[in-house]
Amino acid sequence: MSVQWLIDGAIQGSVLALGAGGVTLTYANLRFGHFAHGELVAAGGYLALATVGLLGGAVPALGAALGPTTVSGALLVGTLVAGAGVAALALLLERFVYRRLRARAAGISAVMASFGVSMALRALLESAFTSSPRYYSEELSIAIERGGVRATPDQLLVAATALALLLAVHLVLGHSRLGRSMRAAAENPALAAVTGIDVGRMAMASWIVVGLLAGVTGVAIGVLGQVRPAMGAELLLPFFTAAVLGGLGSLPGALVGGLLVGLAESWAVATAGSEWRGATAFVIFVAVLGLRPGGLFGRPA
Amino acid sequence: MTIDLAGLLAYAASFGVLAAINVVICLSLELQWGRAGLFNAGVAGFVAVGAYASALLTAEPAAGHLAGPGLPVIAGLAAGSVTAGALSVAVGSLARRLRGDYLAIATFGAAVVLELLLRNLTPLTGGPLGLAFIPRPFAGLADRPLAFALASFAWVGFIALVLYVGIGRLVDGPWGRTLRAVRDDERAAASLGKSPVRFRLEAFALGGALMGLGGALKAHTLGFIAPEHFPPTLTFQVWAMLVLGGAGRRQGAVLGAVLVTALWSATDLLLAFFVPAGAQAQLAPLRIVVVGALLALGLLWRPRGLLAERLRVSRYL
Repeated sequence: MSVQWLIDGAIQGSVLALGAGGVTLTYANLRFGHFAHGELVAAGGYLALATVGLLGGAVPALGAALGPTTVSGALLVGTLVAGAGVAALALLLERFVYRRLRARAAGISAVMASFGVSMALRALLESAFTSSPRYYSEELSIAIERGGVRATPDQLLVAATALALLLAVHLVLGHSRLGRSMRAAAENPALAAVTGIDVGRMAMASWIVVGLLAGVTGVAIGVLGQVRPAMGAELLLPFFTAAVLGGLGSLPGALVGGLLVGLAESWAVATAGSEWRGATAFVIFVAVLGLRPGGLFGRPA
Repeated sequence: MTIDLAGLLAYAASFGVLAAINVVICLSLELQWGRAGLFNAGVAGFVAVGAYASALLTAEPAAGHLAGPGLPVIAGLAAGSVTAGALSVAVGSLARRLRGDYLAIATFGAAVVLELLLRNLTPLTGGPLGLAFIPRPFAGLADRPLAFALASFAWVGFIALVLYVGIGRLVDGPWGRTLRAVRDDERAAASLGKSPVRFRLEAFALGGALMGLGGALKAHTLGFIAPEHFPPTLTFQVWAMLVLGGAGRRQGAVLGAVLVTALWSATDLLLAFFVPAGAQAQLAPLRIVVVGALLALGLLWRPRGLLAERLRVSRYL
């Protein structure tokens, strides 16, 4: 068997890691499993699509592909728009839905609400854009071959961007005052408030980072595949699995978990067939719960 | 213009069938969430398992690709419940202590994988086309729509009623009291020698079995089933029913199930009569937005539902 599946898995895994990073950060700083993360991702995909449509038409120079990739200057702007726009969307959700629910003793009602938000957002996207797939570019990314394995410039760019962004977020949150305050506010809101940390603002800061990650995840999925209302929801199970495998709440865990789930999926597709891709994540999830519920980098449950 | 009374009555009866099935499914979620505090994000999967198990066992040996043993419908209903109950035990045991987010992800994942199995295990499940020729009780009346609708409503409604009464006996008895104790104060219950894990798993299994029964009822009233009858939006609708009606009380579950079913059917009619066919595809998803908004608003403004659980300390106090 060729090692092509390793390359494919690592590329898909880097996208999963980005999504898992958002899920795990929501869990660490906002203390609930966010089932609408897939729709935040899809919203990012569509925001970038709209930007490409507007800018690419208005400024032809921005519509041209950069280097060997199919990614245009307009899409780079679109990625920024997606990150900022989804961060704004997440803040709106926090303000009008989650803020009051997270405060309740039964933390699960925020999970339940996120389930409703997920269905409603996806239905809105479907209503606005229909469920037929859209693409950022009509062009084909031509694969480069080295030593018997192939990867397109698009794939390499996406994987590098995803891993770099995840590492950057980890370093910033891990070593800055802001990151420490965010963690403190999540760990013990009362104590954090006493030391002068504005707990509400820390929650908003967390949502901004989560929104940014989700928006870029949407663009990454769109560049490699299609932009569809279900593009994020379909990956929600691998996102969660990667986050749990890495240890819920750990960004490096999400990175490693994402890569491992991506590799496992790719291996399953290569050996069992593509229709079983979706089941791979669940098998891993079951194994993690059975063998190491705290995940690789997590504290034992 | 004369009003077609028989047609109206038949419509009401078929709405009643739909509502009664939803009442069964919503009562099962009420058992899991309302009584035991267990979050199930994969309701649709458990419903589908019951439907497919019952359909496979009751189909006639000769009917199409379905080579079933042709058992009576009642055996199918039982088998559907048992299969879905067994699945619940399996999924419930995964999330060991059956708490919070891990159970949510486990049930969500189970539903994703089940849908995958239904679509891809074509020799068994018929793939995307699903299963047809599922026996329907009173099928002999099918050429008289009114009589058939009334008969269907009678038997499905009867089962829903039996469940309503039976669940009431169960949750008001010692088992239900222990369950409430486990839900409200796990440590206190454990200190009295009640195993929280065991009671939760029992509630989860029983709820799952009844979801399967709801699915089996669906199969035997529709006569055909396909994966698209059990979409993730079904899970979400059942949650909306329970949250709106009020978890922790059977009346709440029934009220919520009837209200959301009515809302769904009414928007269906509105779409069919007042919206041109071209625009329907765009407007149909908005129904989900309406139900989603209702769910969120209900959680925010009336978190205990329309009929809130009555708090009881003890009848002797």
